[in-house]
Amino acid sequence: MTDTPPVTHVGDDPKAEPRRNLAMEYGPPFIVFGLFLALWAGVHQTMASYRKPLLPHWWDVLKHGFTEKGDPHKNPRDILEALLSTMRTSISGLLAAIVIGTALAVLMSRAAWIEKATYPYAVALQTIPVLALVPLFYIFFGSGYMSRTLVCVLIAIFPIIVNTLFGLKSPEHGMHDLFTLHGASKPTRLTKLEFPAALPAMFEGYRIAAGLSVIGAIVGEVYFKDGPRGLGGIINLYNNRGYYPQMYAAIFVTATYGLLVFALFGVIRKRAIGRWHNVKR
Amino acid sequence: MSSNALVFDQVSKVFPDGTHAVDKTSLAVQPGEFVTIIGPSGCGKSTLLKMASGLTDITAGTITVPPGNIGYVFQDATLLPWRTVRKNIELFAELHGIDKVGRKKLAQDAINLVGLKGFEGHYPRSLSGGMKMRASLARSLTLKPGVFLFDEPFGAIDEITRDRLNTELMQLFETERFAGLFITHSINEAVYLSTRVLVMSARPGRIVATFEISFGYPRTEDLRYTPEFASLTGAINQALREAHS
Repeated sequence: MTDTPPVTHVGDDPKAEPRRNLAMEYGPPFIVFGLFLALWAGVHQTMASYRKPLLPHWWDVLKHGFTEKGDPHKNPRDILEALLSTMRTSISGLLAAIVIGTALAVLMSRAAWIEKATYPYAVALQTIPVLALVPLFYIFFGSGYMSRTLVCVLIAIFPIIVNTLFGLKSPEHGMHDLFTLHGASKPTRLTKLEFPAALPAMFEGYRIAAGLSVIGAIVGEVYFKDGPRGLGGIINLYNNRGYYPQMYAAIFVTATYGLLVFALFGVIRKRAIGRWHNVKR
Repeated sequence: MSSNALVFDQVSKVFPDGTHAVDKTSLAVQPGEFVTIIGPSGCGKSTLLKMASGLTDITAGTITVPPGNIGYVFQDATLLPWRTVRKNIELFAELHGIDKVGRKKLAQDAINLVGLKGFEGHYPRSLSGGMKMRASLARSLTLKPGVFLFDEPFGAIDEITRDRLNTELMQLFETERFAGLFITHSINEAVYLSTRVLVMSARPGRIVATFEISFGYPRTEDLRYTPEFASLTGAINQALREAHS
């Protein structure tokens, strides 16, 4: 009989991230995407043949959607140009919404009366369908980037205000007591306590706003027929002219862009506060 | 009476909603004294500390606080989650405008004193309850306060850690010799740490019994299991029950 060899159990480093199974993490969404493509193909198959062009097979979208199809549709150049235009609108809209929304929330958090006086209008802004206001922008600012950016700001600013305000009010009583005990001024309290405490909520707001800003850009582009042609405009155009593979390709680019912006802000958030805050998805 | 003493003279507190929290309470804590107030929840013990620190107004009477900084340790460690242990401990010095080099030195001294060496770069979320409390204590130590207020600092900590923190705090008291005013629900903790134990009645709180604890320092864990210790805790327990019957 031989001795059993000694067994050494090495504890895991508690700081180590739990190992993630890549297949479990990314597999399911891919499966769902596969099902979606299958459903698409299935619907395409069952359609009457004269209606089939309305929903081309996704394979045809891939094959023809991004390729040239006679003048004036020099894809993928047209789609790329439209994407750049949409990016310009949505990014400037998002940045403006972040600056204005954060400033407004800080202002609201300074005094109860400011919050009471302005908060109902922030809510009203959110409840009025943006499309109802778009004609006004057209009258005052035309159909260029100014109007489109405004649509973005309008649609993206609410989650920024609400989240920032919530975050600024989040430090518990005891933390405020610390600053009171040591004679901290209001600006000190804002910069060393309220603002850092608000960061997790603020980044959550920014992330939601980032997704909304893309929606805002598309809404503006769909409405403003003249002026620069963004993804919204190009989708409209392809639809009107019956270039369906191109239209679906443009829709696909739009969806991907929206997702990427949302994901990018998730990464920025994790970078900024992940060291001290449990960042949930 | 020394001018460095923390003195409550006929102090009363009635809150705006009519709650009579503290009634004509007088007590004094000299430097080198560790006074513990023991009483049930809601008897106004914490209010005494809040009044002494200026967080709450005094309704009647006077509180004399010696010049210099007050240390105030809450039941919650109240560490700022976005700051590392070191940055948390530097906070008070920072709020008092002490320069970077100065506060780094103060923080390092305090870190060594509470045994947090090696954890300076950690964020609070990765600390245990006991470690958080040590950091909270160190944060107050940086300003070298002459008076230290403790509002049930170990109330939410498991008993084993609590006993160890008791001993650490006592050693700190021995070396720093501040005037300590400590609040707790635990009779055992009160007797182990203090030079004097005051029993407070239910609301409106007033001091109904005083026990001088004459064990010398340093005290060791074994003290908790001696007959003298047991008879003191027994007597305080009885005084507490009489105060609330």
